Amino acid sequence: MKSVSTATRDLTLVGLLALILVGIWFWLGLPFTLRMLVEASAYAILALGLTIQWGYAGLFNAGVMGFVALGAFMTVFLSYPRNEAFWQSTLPGELGHVLLIAIAGTILVFAATRLTRLGASNGFRTFVALIVLALAYLAVMRGLDPVAARIESGPGWIGGLGLPVGVAWIGGGILAGAVGYAIGRICLGLRSDYLAIATLGIAEIIKTLLKNADWLTRGTLTVSPLPWPVPSANELGFVAARSAFLCVTAAIVVIIYFLLQRAYYAPWGRMIRAIRDNELAAAAMGKDVNRRRLQIFALGCILMGIGGAVLASFVTIFDPGAFVPLNHTFLIWVMVILGGAGNNRGAIFGALLVYVIWVMSEPAALFAFERLAQLGNQLFDWPIPSDLSARALQMRVFVIGLTITLVLRFAPRGLMPEPVRHVA
Amino acid sequence: MAELVFFLNKVVLAGLIIGSIYALGAVGVTLIYSILRFAHFAHGDLMTTGAGISLLISLLLVGAGLDQSSLAVYLAIPLAVIVTAFLSVVLDRIFYRHLREAGVKPVVLVMASIGVMLMLQGLVRMIGGTAARDMYVTGASKAIFRIPVPFADNRPLVLTEPQLILIVLTVVVVIALHLFLTQAKLGKAMRAMSDNPMLARVSGIDTERVVRATWIIGGGLAALAGIMLALDVSYKPDLSFNILLPIFAAAILGGIGQPYGAILGGFVVGFAETMAVFNWAILLRPFKDTWIGELGLPAQIAFVPTEYKLIVPFIILVAILLSRPTGILKGRVL
Repeated sequence: MKSVSTATRDLTLVGLLALILVGIWFWLGLPFTLRMLVEASAYAILALGLTIQWGYAGLFNAGVMGFVALGAFMTVFLSYPRNEAFWQSTLPGELGHVLLIAIAGTILVFAATRLTRLGASNGFRTFVALIVLALAYLAVMRGLDPVAARIESGPGWIGGLGLPVGVAWIGGGILAGAVGYAIGRICLGLRSDYLAIATLGIAEIIKTLLKNADWLTRGTLTVSPLPWPVPSANELGFVAARSAFLCVTAAIVVIIYFLLQRAYYAPWGRMIRAIRDNELAAAAMGKDVNRRRLQIFALGCILMGIGGAVLASFVTIFDPGAFVPLNHTFLIWVMVILGGAGNNRGAIFGALLVYVIWVMSEPAALFAFERLAQLGNQLFDWPIPSDLSARALQMRVFVIGLTITLVLRFAPRGLMPEPVRHVA
Repeated sequence: MAELVFFLNKVVLAGLIIGSIYALGAVGVTLIYSILRFAHFAHGDLMTTGAGISLLISLLLVGAGLDQSSLAVYLAIPLAVIVTAFLSVVLDRIFYRHLREAGVKPVVLVMASIGVMLMLQGLVRMIGGTAARDMYVTGASKAIFRIPVPFADNRPLVLTEPQLILIVLTVVVVIALHLFLTQAKLGKAMRAMSDNPMLARVSGIDTERVVRATWIIGGGLAALAGIMLALDVSYKPDLSFNILLPIFAAAILGGIGQPYGAILGGFVVGFAETMAVFNWAILLRPFKDTWIGELGLPAQIAFVPTEYKLIVPFIILVAILLSRPTGILKGRVL
């Protein structure tokens, strides 16, 4: 590796990827290749979000899925057409009433945490705050439950707001960033393992919420079709519509890439890397380590929210049950560490390569397993299990895990390592 | 009184049972965390693997002609625990040891454990299928003990056979672990290494041996917890994340590196879960005909709907990280 220059290596790798893509184009046709590329570029946005968290700042986010789901939910909420049946009824007012109770409860809880100003002891403050919190929570739940039930039995769900898709994507980024900020506030002062555990938990909880709050998201009934930012396939045909969508996502990836590249070489990026590489020294130089980390964690979450929003818009269906840690957290992890953490080009390359392999591995695994089962049946008279295809897909879980451990051990810096500049 | 018995069944006994499972898992997590210094994410899937191995062994035993009611099932438990303990040592050899020797950051080990987690998950489902299965392969039904309670209108306390075994085994494990850590030389070496790995090494403790012992204990207990959970309900191959969060919450609540704290934390998380989903309005029902009932009793006072149960360990985790990151028993904040 030492003797090959960075440019040659990158060109070789990109050329190899292009060759694979051309092969797929000829084998499976242009519409399929375009679909794969759009999805891969959405994953590239996610990978860029993760590479700044992990590669720039060394923050372990094990709950990418949660932020992806939040972005997807926000794009449904903002861009889906309005549900007039809901807005015509009295239910929005009742929902607003519950919101007012929630706001009042929040203010009361906040006031209770300030009791120390009036001379109350710390223990008493915490005690009162907890009781107020529990009562406020029960009050909100008692208000919300009947309203939610009536929304579900009447208009079904509250529907979207019918805003432009671009606004929805930005909204997805903002919501994910806000949740990421809250999580970061709690966990970033502690060791990175705690952040991993907390993000893992929040991702599962977000998924459960989206899945069960039928009045808000239609839950397992799923929402479709989500609007596209470009004319849909019905108007333009598959190839033209997907090409137009690809142009939009590619533009987003390029813009984010240039901004991140600027940030990386700016004093801000240098400071972030200094914190990652030697926290103590950076703190001794007067850098506010936790604040910077919080900043970059929220920034990464914003990108994940946007990526999730783009992905949901493209597939045109919002299904909370479809968010699984494997596809939306660990696949992105593999993209980042295989591509080279801390290298934006590496993240984009890793996203494209891994996504192509991921999509192609599904038919490959099914084919291999069918053959194996037939062989076992012929040679040893083994019965062919009825859930063979479900089992075959588990092969990919295994391979993802194996790839993570192998890369960590044999190529910890990835295929396109972060460039280290030596100042003479 | 019937309401009180209902409360005992739904909150106290259920909490005791799920708490025992969490405690067994959390002991392993806390030991691995304090000795190897990383959060072992593969623990949930190690539990599933243990249950899967137990299922496989009992199927083999039945196939070999042992079809006496549930004997094969219970005989498989110790065998599966041993196999899983051995497996976790092997996993350490293949996947963690080199990284440890290369002196990588702890968070890289966490990532490696996520890789191992995915591999175990994939293998278990590839071999055993993705559907839930009954652990009692011979079709034997679990014995159910109904303990009558005086003045309770025929509503007994209900405890099933695997639940009783679980509670007994948990007590045995806790005592054995206590004796091991305080009396045995290896146990003392483990505590020494958890307190100060450098000092432990220079005083001549064979650290690799301690690491092996840690994996054997952690893996064995994980297998035990997984098997008992599967016996109590059924064998489910998609457990991993749903069990991981409460176990981590229990370990951190008890204080990292404190096995007794982990046991305590496991029960706290278990009871918190059952109390949070319990409908407290049931306890008010006896007062329906008195003046309290005149005030209008709500039909439903539960803090968390059952489908959001996972929120409970998460809130405990966040609360403990905010207020007292060292945990109840003053563990470490690594």
